[in-house]
Amino acid sequence: MAQASVTEARQSSWWHRNQQQLTPWLFLAPGILFFLFYVIFPIFQSFNLSLYEWDGLGQAEYVGLYNYEELYWDDAFYTSLKNNVIWLLLYLAAIPAGLFIALFLNQTVVGIRLYKSLFFFPFVISQVVVGLVFTWFYDPTFGILNVLLGAVGLPPMNVLGDENWVTVGIIVAGLWPQTAYCMILYLTGLNAVDPEQIEAGRLDGAKGWRMLWYIIVPQLRPATFIAFVVTIIGALRSFDLISVMTNGGPFGASRVLSFYMFEVALSEYGFRMGYGAAIAVVLFLIMLAFIAYFLWSMYKEEKAR
Amino acid sequence: MRSMLKTSVAAFAMLAAAMGAASADGLTGNLKIFLDTSNPAPRATMEEMIAQFQEKNPDLAIETTVIDREAYKTQIRNFLTANAPDVATWYAANRMRPYVEAGLFEDVSDLWNGTELGENLASTKGAMTIDGKQWGVPYTYYQWGVYYRKDIFDELGLSEPATWEEEKANCQKIIDAGKKCYTIGTKFLWTAGGWFDYLNMRTNGFDFHMDLLTGKAKWTSDEVKQTFANWRELIDMGAFIDNHQTYSWQEALPFMVKGDAAAYLMGNFAVAPLREAGLSDDQIDFYQFVEINPDVELAEDAPTDTFHIPSNAENKENAREFLKFVASADVQTWINDGKHLGQLPVNSKSSVDKDKFLEQGFEMLSSNSPGGVAQFFDRDAPAEMAKVAMEGLQEFMVKPDNLDRILARLDRAQERIYK
Repeated sequence: MAQASVTEARQSSWWHRNQQQLTPWLFLAPGILFFLFYVIFPIFQSFNLSLYEWDGLGQAEYVGLYNYEELYWDDAFYTSLKNNVIWLLLYLAAIPAGLFIALFLNQTVVGIRLYKSLFFFPFVISQVVVGLVFTWFYDPTFGILNVLLGAVGLPPMNVLGDENWVTVGIIVAGLWPQTAYCMILYLTGLNAVDPEQIEAGRLDGAKGWRMLWYIIVPQLRPATFIAFVVTIIGALRSFDLISVMTNGGPFGASRVLSFYMFEVALSEYGFRMGYGAAIAVVLFLIMLAFIAYFLWSMYKEEKAR
Repeated sequence: MRSMLKTSVAAFAMLAAAMGAASADGLTGNLKIFLDTSNPAPRATMEEMIAQFQEKNPDLAIETTVIDREAYKTQIRNFLTANAPDVATWYAANRMRPYVEAGLFEDVSDLWNGTELGENLASTKGAMTIDGKQWGVPYTYYQWGVYYRKDIFDELGLSEPATWEEEKANCQKIIDAGKKCYTIGTKFLWTAGGWFDYLNMRTNGFDFHMDLLTGKAKWTSDEVKQTFANWRELIDMGAFIDNHQTYSWQEALPFMVKGDAAAYLMGNFAVAPLREAGLSDDQIDFYQFVEINPDVELAEDAPTDTFHIPSNAENKENAREFLKFVASADVQTWINDGKHLGQLPVNSKSSVDKDKFLEQGFEMLSSNSPGGVAQFFDRDAPAEMAKVAMEGLQEFMVKPDNLDRILARLDRAQERIYK
């Protein structure tokens, strides 16, 4: 009898003692479990799969690092890698573009809310629609681009059919919504700019570019950081625009790693799961480098406070 | 008139058979059918056909699932291994090989060997055979060929060509008149495969073409180079529409409809959209792809769509009855007529609908393709090779000077893929 009540008391007191520490973990548990099961575990599964040759149906055959060796000799892989780099660099144009549109829209005139919504609009519509609209725009026979080029005396061009232009053409389409995204980040950032500092700057004779560069932009650092993160990630995971606008063509010139992975592993003529996994691993490592940098700089920032 | 009468007699006979069977002992249990016929017309046809089968077997619980045609191509891998239906649509030849080799399709040789049905379907037996066994039954096929604007030909005083020289002479006249000879959209690659099929089969013959696609002949061989040399003659003339690499096959149709291009090498499924776009049957006509090398026999592309029983199916006996039903002469006659699929029945006892293109196509396939009937580039070659090769074909059509690099690349791919 006495024994039982002692254990009962001990149990309840253990719970009481640790309630504060345990409760958040209990709430977090479902999320952590899902994250482990659907994100962390598949990452290791991909690492493992990339060592096999498997068509998704029969027996997987262990081939060691053969898939990586093949990647090394694969022209299409280098095309994709090169395009990924081009995406990374050109996509960053969304950040200054977003900043300038935000500065432009950060005034109080009649109907500014309407203008803001119009500028934000491309971010709301689906990437598929963006892709279609730009495909029509670029259409070499019926599109408006060649009409415009003709009006200023330039020869017509087939943006999506030319292996030198196609990636740039798709990135321009992608910049449209991405700029809107960065714009919104900067608009919220501008709300937090300290008017006293601007006042002080003005007294010291700063205006125009100097005001922007030395007073405003430093205060927008958090917004710039987030814009940088979403733009880099957005560039590395570009997929839907390519799928809609060119399907990777012409002759594979507009592929990026994520699209190439989809092609070899999951599309109509693919089903080389191991090879696809090897591409995914490479893409993962590239992303990991960026993500690690972001996390590290975020950590540093938090610590400095 | 005669064939219309024939069709209605057939329809009546089928109805009678259906009524008769309803009173006799029908099938019992379940039947789960997966279809990829997601376009409106084929979908309605299939549903009507299944309703007929249901009427014949009132006690059978039939469950039909229609999956989007493109999505089906990836989903089939999942549903064949887990949650398999009793009957599933797919394609003949190499496209079914991965599933046959993985043991996911049921051997249905018993429907073919020593049966009347087997005799009637003999023309596609080769395409349904892997390792000496049959793995499904065909329900429809369609011819490929050159669909052209008859009014443009008349206006320019041209007639249907029969030889390569005539083809090129015609084309030159069309180009001189400020038009393009052929429209094509190679964005999704396979259309270029159609051109290669025909040029290679006409230059080197059916057997060589099959050797190439099954990895026994090399892409860098002189034969293949001759095929590309022939193709290049047309490309250098400017025979194809510009910027075809940006268009899908449907997006390439307006060029022909507007009269900017005179012809289209396509499957018979191109007729319906051409008609819908406003061209009358007086304006469009069809001819067999011309002879290039007189020493080789004419062979044609005619892709076959098929029904299969997954190995994991639960009601295989019911599924077999359904396959027999689908392959029977009467059913094939009406599902393929102009009001339904608008294609050709495989069963030799079926009659072909009175449609100018179907009749011409049937005539061509049954009496003027002594070389053989191919499925299509991406169905005869393994999927992986087809992808690499068709990309090369598209590149060649845009940049013919890259040919040597392309062929070397295909040779390398071939070594890897056919082990």
